[in-house]
Amino acid sequence: MADQTSSPYQPTMAEMVKIEQLAEREKLFTLYLKDGRDLGHRAGQFVEVSVFGIGEAPIGVTSSPTRNGTFELCIREVGDVTRALHRMEPGSTVGIRGPFGNGFPIDKMRGKDLLFAPGGMGLPPLRSVIQQVLDERESFGRVIILYGARNPSELLFKDELAQWEARDDVEFHVTVDRGDENWTGNVGVITTLFPKVTINPRNTVALTVGPPVMYRFVLIELLSKGIQDGNIFLSLERRMKCGLGKCGHCQINSVYVCQKGPVFSYAQLKDLPEAI
Amino acid sequence: MPLKVIDKKKMASFVTSLMEEREVVGPVAKDGKFVFSPIDHYSQLRLDCPITLLPPKQYFLPQEEPILKYKLGEATRSEPVIEAKPRVIIGVHPCDINATWLLDLAFSTDNLDTNYMEKRKKAVIIGLDCNEPCDEHSFCKSMGSLAVEGGYDLFLTDIGDAYMVDYGSPAGMELLARHKVAREATEADMSRFRAVQDAKWPKFTYKLEMNVSDLPNLLAIGYDNPLWEELGKKCLACGACTLVCPTCYCFDIVDKLALNLKEGQRLRRWDSCQLPEFATVAGGENFRKARSDRQRHRFFRKGKYLTEMFGKMGCVGCGRCVRSCLVHIDPVEVYNTLKRTCAPGGWAQREVAAYQQGS
Repeated sequence: MADQTSSPYQPTMAEMVKIEQLAEREKLFTLYLKDGRDLGHRAGQFVEVSVFGIGEAPIGVTSSPTRNGTFELCIREVGDVTRALHRMEPGSTVGIRGPFGNGFPIDKMRGKDLLFAPGGMGLPPLRSVIQQVLDERESFGRVIILYGARNPSELLFKDELAQWEARDDVEFHVTVDRGDENWTGNVGVITTLFPKVTINPRNTVALTVGPPVMYRFVLIELLSKGIQDGNIFLSLERRMKCGLGKCGHCQINSVYVCQKGPVFSYAQLKDLPEAI
Repeated sequence: MPLKVIDKKKMASFVTSLMEEREVVGPVAKDGKFVFSPIDHYSQLRLDCPITLLPPKQYFLPQEEPILKYKLGEATRSEPVIEAKPRVIIGVHPCDINATWLLDLAFSTDNLDTNYMEKRKKAVIIGLDCNEPCDEHSFCKSMGSLAVEGGYDLFLTDIGDAYMVDYGSPAGMELLARHKVAREATEADMSRFRAVQDAKWPKFTYKLEMNVSDLPNLLAIGYDNPLWEELGKKCLACGACTLVCPTCYCFDIVDKLALNLKEGQRLRRWDSCQLPEFATVAGGENFRKARSDRQRHRFFRKGKYLTEMFGKMGCVGCGRCVRSCLVHIDPVEVYNTLKRTCAPGGWAQREVAAYQQGS
């Protein structure tokens, strides 16, 4: 029972312990909650990060809940709040509200072959569930990762990508829309990676996250491989402000993305024409 | 429970004694129209007001209110701000009582909003029935909001030189008992009350060409109706409709720093899904760019989504949007046009087409 002075808008204070530049506009922030608690999130959930005096921004948690203590946020500098975050040094304090949203359906994924298709900034949210899967590797079947970025300088988590590529229990393919003088890998949009893998559609769950324009094309690839609507999961970005299903900004037709999403199955999207 | 009566000549002393214990808000005249406002003196209260420009929602969800205050520096900290003043809101018509009930559900279901609920808990609502339509724009009878089943502490019906009083809550009973202005209803009062009720209903007309309970399905099959494009061309995206609507509650949250840059407040203020930036994210993508999409979203909210979420019709037919709209967009015309021009299809039609194309 909420007491009179409690408010769902009150953030918990968190401290930044480490800040790493991942790419030109993206930084990886490692934080812990000052009251000592774990964030207690599910992979695929997001938090509202407060820079007092500037505002709040919704950021997906990029680290797995299986890794306790600290949590990681990969943040691109695009607006007022994210610009202020990028100017901070380790030791800075921010407010954290959440975690919010539904998260990826990890229990539906157990025992199945998994096909991850992150595009660009879609990698940070998927990384949380990929890490969780790799931490509990025996519970899952094949792990296939198809990652597309715009160019080599925009590839995120390069060290971790190399680890995934090196593992013999992970099938990893990466492509860039446009290469550079040093790039020797695949060149082409993310859809060009799909012909490289053959899957058993009856036993595969696909998870894809990326910019709005990408979804339609990746869905065509996934559906033509025979994966069922109910086994394809997407994470949809909208303007999450309150995180509580009240302020209205994140609505897709009848649902509040911060409550019923941001993870949706393709089957659910049939009832949400505004979704993609 | 026998009904009570307050003679109109006792209202002045009733309201005056209410003002001694809490703020009294009611309809007052302003520039030829009426608005809800706190009163300084009983004479300002205009219970004869047909309808106010704005509903009383600002007393539960203010146009702007602080929800957090914070201090920056060595030890950054923040604490919630919950402002709630004891009030009596008198003269609330059935449309607004039903709308407030919907807002109560919105702010208490899934993640209780303490800023709204504390104000709501401290408010006593004294409703007032409408014995005739406020004007030609309202369509409350069609939307089923002319009848009140609850959502008030006391409910008054004007029976001539007195008000019949119905209790809606223990708080209402307690208020009436404490202020000692009511008397028992006599047979004469009861027959006047019945006469008023009998005369009232035929004065209101049904304006929708369908049963309001069919509205959600009508909208579902009308998702791709060309009328939304037409509305988009007319609409100016000014947001007036959402400003005056008693069931609109979307809001924005902004930070405001003090000049000393050491402290500040986080504020919540009214926002509107009709404004172009509503669905824009920092990277620049706008998920509801077209005005036609935004107008369609509004009608779907009012006629379908809110009902499906909370079990109460999202539009109460108060007609405020019609009166405020610069281009005279009228929900009655929209719903009736939809009814007349809809073909079975919409979302279902899209599914069939997709299947036939073999996707």
